[in-house]
Amino acid sequence: MTIVEDITWMQALAGGALIGLASSLLLFANGKIAGISGIAGGVLNAKKNDRWWRILFVLGLVIGGFITVYLNPNNTILIEVPSLYRSITAGVFVGIGTALGSGCTSGHGVCGISRFSKRSLIATATFMFFGFVTVWLGV
Amino acid sequence: MKNITSLLAGFIFALGLGLSGMMNPLKVKMFLDVTRTWDPALAFVMIGAIAFYAITFRFIVKREAPLCEASFSLPTKTIVDKKLLLGSALFGVGWGLAGICPGPAFANLASGAMSIFVFVVVMVLSMFAVRKLEK
Repeated sequence: MTIVEDITWMQALAGGALIGLASSLLLFANGKIAGISGIAGGVLNAKKNDRWWRILFVLGLVIGGFITVYLNPNNTILIEVPSLYRSITAGVFVGIGTALGSGCTSGHGVCGISRFSKRSLIATATFMFFGFVTVWLGV
Repeated sequence: MKNITSLLAGFIFALGLGLSGMMNPLKVKMFLDVTRTWDPALAFVMIGAIAFYAITFRFIVKREAPLCEASFSLPTKTIVDKKLLLGSALFGVGWGLAGICPGPAFANLASGAMSIFVFVVVMVLSMFAVRKLEK
């Protein structure tokens, strides 16, 4: 194993803090856990009065994403757009997986671990391990 | 009001994803590529986010209620079951395949790339299907 020379740890740490701040705001104001898969997955199934905050959170994500796409496109998906076939396959795995496992990188990986939830710790270890294996296999 | 705070939270969240490198699938794959050329940067994203939220969480949930809602909606499940393990494993495979998890998928919609639009549609429909079948 070699480790890359230019580790962008400061941007990563600052970006992580922003993610923590956003999650704190959603908890403080809305009383909700900032789990993206749960918020987005609930849009189609939610009851009427539980729907709009979800749609607006996702809209906020899209608008916020626009800033990075505009300022630094090489740090977005534009650096390597996956094929349609790969996108469909990965989309099915991510969609089914996060719905069955009740969370993704944000809900389990950030919010859950911060709450010292055993479920989230195990979920995070599991999806990271399977992520490692998938990349290792080079599929 | 609760819709505005939610919009703002989503916006700040995406700024964090963009700054940290989580919107870059190559960087995600290099983070997952521990056996060859490893880029540990994204571990610092988790460290930053968890350090921040682990502290604020404790103070916030001590309050009687959130600002705009009657009560906090916190997860109640504590059992580690097969569903959690199977789901997380499948998600991990998908994450490794494209280097994209749900947050960056939405944030990347602004790129206008057809692939990410398709990814988001397929992902949301898959989530919907699982939830429907579980009911």
